[in-house]
Amino acid sequence: MSVTIATSDTRLGDLRQHFLASRGGMIGAVLITTLILAAIFAPLLAPYGPNEQMRQAILHPPDGFGGAFPLGTDDVGRDVYSRLLFGARLSLSIGAVVVTLSFLVGTLLGLIAGFAGGAVEALVMRLMDIMLALPTLLLAIAVVAVLGPGLSNAMLAVAIVQLPGFVRLTRAAVLVELGKDYVAASRMAGAGRVRLMFLTVLPNCMAPLIVQASLGFSSAILDTAALGFLGLGAQPPTPEWGTMLADALQFVQSAWWVVTFPGIAILLTVLGFNLVGDGLRDALDPRLKRA
Amino acid sequence: MALFLARRLALVLVTVFGITVFAFALIHLIPGDPVTLMFGERNVDPAQLAALRAQLGLDRPLIVQYGLYVWRALHGDLGTSLATHDSVMDEFLTYFPATIELAVSAMLLAILLGVPAGIIAALRRGGTTDYSVMGLALAGYSMPIFWWAILLILLFSVTLGITPVSGRVDIAYDIQPVTGFMLIDSLLSDDSGAFRSALSHLVLPAVALGTIPLAVIARMTRSAMLEVLNEDYVRTARAKGLSPLRVVGLHALRNALIPVITVVGLQVGSLFGGAVLTETIFAWPGVGNWLIHGIQRRDYPVLQGGILMVAVVVILVNLTVDILSSMVNPRMRHRG
Repeated sequence: MSVTIATSDTRLGDLRQHFLASRGGMIGAVLITTLILAAIFAPLLAPYGPNEQMRQAILHPPDGFGGAFPLGTDDVGRDVYSRLLFGARLSLSIGAVVVTLSFLVGTLLGLIAGFAGGAVEALVMRLMDIMLALPTLLLAIAVVAVLGPGLSNAMLAVAIVQLPGFVRLTRAAVLVELGKDYVAASRMAGAGRVRLMFLTVLPNCMAPLIVQASLGFSSAILDTAALGFLGLGAQPPTPEWGTMLADALQFVQSAWWVVTFPGIAILLTVLGFNLVGDGLRDALDPRLKRA
Repeated sequence: MALFLARRLALVLVTVFGITVFAFALIHLIPGDPVTLMFGERNVDPAQLAALRAQLGLDRPLIVQYGLYVWRALHGDLGTSLATHDSVMDEFLTYFPATIELAVSAMLLAILLGVPAGIIAALRRGGTTDYSVMGLALAGYSMPIFWWAILLILLFSVTLGITPVSGRVDIAYDIQPVTGFMLIDSLLSDDSGAFRSALSHLVLPAVALGTIPLAVIARMTRSAMLEVLNEDYVRTARAKGLSPLRVVGLHALRNALIPVITVVGLQVGSLFGGAVLTETIFAWPGVGNWLIHGIQRRDYPVLQGGILMVAVVVILVNLTVDILSSMVNPRMRHRG
């Protein structure tokens, strides 16, 4: 056992060191930290409530920071800046919930497939192939069509769509680890199957899964926003960024700010998680970076 | 090679089987009875409902219903749209060429710009060009394309007035659908303005849809190129005194393109997903737009049939890409 823990610790330690050296990764980390701070302190930072309507200031152009409405107001007089800040809370929760769900279920299925082999493995992997045959957004749309529109159903749909990535990665990593000596040693020492799965093998499969989780965060936010934009995700007046964009679409010609800022928020958030994911991937595979 | 093909085809059959189960289950998972869904909340004679149920085979056991569904699908019968009462297959075939036209243009754009951009970045590794190209690629990769499309409309259609906002061709032109591809049909129409109109309608949607594949292809080309440039045979080619153009263009690029081909194939699936968003924004009369309208109108046969057809197309494209890349790269054949 102690051997296992040592290997996984050094691997994660290396990962941290390489990551800190990656410029893109650090930019991504700064973006995400800013987003988290914005989400936590939204009630303090936001001049207004997310659904507070200022009837005297409908489609008010941006005043800049320090002005009454830093990023302008929307068609019912809500402050865009305040809504974006509260939307940051939603986006982060969406990412966290989706990634946690698909990470837990996907890793479990991947472990089972890798350990069980045979018919169970074939069944799980073919199921994943079928899910991969459908474009992710289309699969998510189909799931939402069954469950009905709404933010939680959209999140569930996106989590389902992300499953194959985690399942495949876990299974591939498990197959590699199962051939190694420490697993044989642990098995000979009498470790049961569950112990082998979760305590011996899983910790050594974590590195690629962490990268996948980071990239999963960005696609979760992007896909949920896309569903919101199509009217299948969060419903108005929820300050979800994609839904805000869909609401603002009809004012695209008269009020550029109502469409510009929610898009920038989505872009920067997704960019942040992608940069971190890339940084982690380079850190994991220094060979690629050197090349 | 024969073994590889057989194994690949067997996998395709299993996947297609799974997709039919999924599409079949879709209708039964949606809350409410399909026949009631067809008639809405109106009061219909129960005897009439029962007759229709029997006619559609909905009173038979599920497994028989599934068998019937597959039998009909194999014969090109995907049911009837609840909204238009047209055959779902006919509707799909009407909308499909528009999606292909858009997807192929987007992919061409992505390849024609992405591959050279990746090569240049690789050759100028660590320099300003490399950083700018990769920075742009990362931004493109992270782009919410529904927002990107709106920005493009805002700039090119609203502010500059260069391109139209939506549709496939100006309504002034009455184009006879011969191939279903507007660019070709407008050329056939002997009206030179029609082709220009079709092209100007296509540009923005193609750019919007092509952005993510462009970014992915540029990144992939760069890393594949970097890997290849470090290989011994490239060093040998350089040492032989071959011109840099020959080394890069002939020796390195040929091998670097193998992973790029695979990535292009993988992008086809996400291209369909992106088409749903792009077509919705540009009112492009393609399959994506059709599906979204189908969902909004709770037209489940359209959703069911459309999803089945899109999945089959994606599976066939992936199969083709696999076969192509195994021809270019024999090592592929030995992988699972």
